[in-house]
Amino acid sequence: MRSLITSVMLALLALGQVEAGVVEHRLDNGMKVIVKQDTRAPIVVSQVWYKVGSSYEYGGITGVSHVLEHMMFKGTENLEPGEFSRIIAANGGEENAFTGRDYTAYFQTLSNDRLEVSFKLEADRMRHLSLLPEEFLKEVEVVKEERRMRTEDKPTSLTYEQFLTGAYEASPYRIPVIGWMADLDALQVEDLQHWYRKWYAPNNATLVVVGDVDPQQVIALAEKHFGPLKSEPIGELKPRTEPEQRGMKRFTVRAPARQPYLILGFKTPVVGTADEPWEPYALEMLAYVLDGGDSARLTNNLIRGSQLAVSADASYSAFSRLSSLFTLDAIPTPDTPIEKVEEALLQEIERFKQEPVSEQEMERVRNQIIAAKVFEKDSVFYQAMLIGQLETIGLDWRLADDYVENLKQVTPEQIQQVAKKYLVQRNLSVAVLDPLPMEQKLTHQVAGGRHGG
Amino acid sequence: MVVKQWLSGLSLLAAFCFASVAVAGPKIQSWHTANGTKVLYVPAPELPMVDIRLVFDAGSARDGDRPGVTSFTNSLLTEGAGDWDAQQIAERFDQVGAQLESGSLRDMAWVSVRTLTKPDALETTLETLAKIVAEPRFEPKEIERQRQSILASLLSDEQSPGSVGKKRLYQLVFGDHPYAGDPEGTRESVQSITREDLQATHRRLYVAKNAILAIVGEVDRKQAEAIAERLTAPLPAGEHAPKLPAVEPLAHAVVERIAFPSTQSHLYLGQPGMRRGDPDYFPLYVGNHILGGSGLVSLLSAEVREKRGLSYSVYSYFLPMRQPGLFQLGLQTKNEQAGEALQVMQQTLQRYIKEGPTADELKAAKQNITGGFPLRIDSNSNILQYLAVIGFYDLPLDYLDRFTQRVEAVTREQIRDAFSRRIDPQHLVTVQVGRLDESLLPVVGEKN
Repeated sequence: MRSLITSVMLALLALGQVEAGVVEHRLDNGMKVIVKQDTRAPIVVSQVWYKVGSSYEYGGITGVSHVLEHMMFKGTENLEPGEFSRIIAANGGEENAFTGRDYTAYFQTLSNDRLEVSFKLEADRMRHLSLLPEEFLKEVEVVKEERRMRTEDKPTSLTYEQFLTGAYEASPYRIPVIGWMADLDALQVEDLQHWYRKWYAPNNATLVVVGDVDPQQVIALAEKHFGPLKSEPIGELKPRTEPEQRGMKRFTVRAPARQPYLILGFKTPVVGTADEPWEPYALEMLAYVLDGGDSARLTNNLIRGSQLAVSADASYSAFSRLSSLFTLDAIPTPDTPIEKVEEALLQEIERFKQEPVSEQEMERVRNQIIAAKVFEKDSVFYQAMLIGQLETIGLDWRLADDYVENLKQVTPEQIQQVAKKYLVQRNLSVAVLDPLPMEQKLTHQVAGGRHGG
Repeated sequence: MVVKQWLSGLSLLAAFCFASVAVAGPKIQSWHTANGTKVLYVPAPELPMVDIRLVFDAGSARDGDRPGVTSFTNSLLTEGAGDWDAQQIAERFDQVGAQLESGSLRDMAWVSVRTLTKPDALETTLETLAKIVAEPRFEPKEIERQRQSILASLLSDEQSPGSVGKKRLYQLVFGDHPYAGDPEGTRESVQSITREDLQATHRRLYVAKNAILAIVGEVDRKQAEAIAERLTAPLPAGEHAPKLPAVEPLAHAVVERIAFPSTQSHLYLGQPGMRRGDPDYFPLYVGNHILGGSGLVSLLSAEVREKRGLSYSVYSYFLPMRQPGLFQLGLQTKNEQAGEALQVMQQTLQRYIKEGPTADELKAAKQNITGGFPLRIDSNSNILQYLAVIGFYDLPLDYLDRFTQRVEAVTREQIRDAFSRRIDPQHLVTVQVGRLDESLLPVVGEKN
């Protein structure tokens, strides 16, 4: 097998495009292959990213992308249900998959001499999934249990779900990744067959490999296993553009809980939808100024200073397929009214409009992101994630390398501008968890049951 | 037939690799600082960064009659030390892009930092780290703030059926042993802890002989030695914390059902398990890998999830500690099917204790563990974790080198023997948290 790879490799040497240790190659069937060499350890991570996720779904079939992800482990024309996982395990591999708004991704981490195992299996399930009705009936129950665990019984998750659904009107980012329970109840195996045919094809996938591998050998292996797969016409997505918001929206979630919880979100653009290319990076800087480390403003002012909150976070990402939200969330200190925390968070936002961020804070953030860029190289998995995510939302993976530079270019005035333009009341949605009393615990204990008989 | 042929290619590949030479672990260097801290160090010159972790035998097993005091103490290290207040300490790390992390469990309390190795970053990081460990201020204002934060965290645990169940499981399995309590303590105890309690805890436990230091990164041996002296010299030598009491086996089965307004019941089975360096460590570790430690391919997952669709997550594990830690099985399922799921989990465990693994199951587990060994040591952060464990629990420095060999040597009979001696299915603790009115639970012992 090895000698075969070598001869193919020589033939391919000129094909890939090399840049910063990364080789990019497109198979004839349209599948993109990106290989990054990292020789620190004799391992490799292999990820297959499909351009499909909850933001591709619509009412009635929500959660279908995620259920399909589960079914990808349940047998193909060549493999029994569960066989995929057993083969990876027997090869010393770790594997899993994840579904997001914009992607569904499958990965294996293996010793670097076993990459072919991963390719053979992934190529098989890309086009030959069985979708057996009896396996589907069991697996959809597993997914409902997952929903109960992650969402139904977690008051903060319930609040977040309601927040997203309420904040967005037309944008499919309102759809929960795991799907609504009623849609899971009504889901049919035919829905999955349809979804699989529609999105699972080499020309809708990106293969990302990072590790101690020879990129040309990897490309040869990819040609061998994924090359013969047939491409499919992939339909155009409707834009489903979020209309302009025309005023603050507010939601209350009443659920059994011990503490209140608050989420604020402003509609914001991302790379690709912003009026100016620097705006998303200015929003990222703003989030770092608020919440980049324990010396940042939220911890210093709300947690340590006024002590209104026990936790407070700001979150924004410049990278997603569609426009998204800049969010703030907080848990108040016991006995603090939640309105006071909301007011304090909004005051922090107002401050950006009134005064430019100090040079000391800008310098602190720059040093943090420069260091974080070095630290991220300790994980091959994370490096592959960055490449796969960017490619799958339709951006160039090189943006990950330009990230630090793009943030360094941001000026205090630009941060002020994006705050004034986007972080305004008419763009705001607020969700509050209003705790319902939790019932008194009734404990029933039986001791000594089987002891002695 | 097509299936068979297609598979044989992969099986061959697995067999070929399985027979390949065992991978050695990183070469660990170790010494003691002048005042008695054991240091474990692995150079990693590839990236311009270093990870440093100081681990103290200062977890909640050392709480004594003040539940939560060790965790409370650890949380205040960063909130003022020497001449700096909490904000200044945070700024010092943030300004150079260093990432600080601290925490506290039952055995260990630790402070870790990851920093660039360029001189200004390393210098500021070391200066600050040395100070927070040796001279925390325990300012009354910060104590009160931290107290509110811990109380809020305890409240948040109370709204999670999983947290409620796990805490109760520990109490029932460990009884009077110091492992019984939750590391964060209880609302009552956290409310009553004083500044003097915190200072005394720090004086007693944050001493050189009660610490180990792990270093992985782009520093040479001389630099590592200098770092180790610098971080530990300000600490008094002190003494290692005394030996913990033995964990008593359970005298009888206990079943506890806790009413909770959740759509799922969280179900747990538990018993005292094994300690680090336990003579049964490898048979129990490999055996549990097959039972419930290998994700989707484990026996528990096959029975509960794959065959019946009862739970998203089902697992078993041993938590090896200074003294035998918890052996636990767990799952979550909608309340109506709690009885069925519990029965499947119990029966799977009972059958495994009685019969042990098949030859194929053991072979697959060994292939997974030994074939996956390079993944365990593939990053500085993974190696740092191993150094902390090897140092803290006095495991031999060639522990990683011998790891795959010792896994290979485990036999079916050893697993069956170890499980039957160590796990008694008649003396399990069972905890259910969920809506009891919706669930029928034919649990062991309830008829009595």
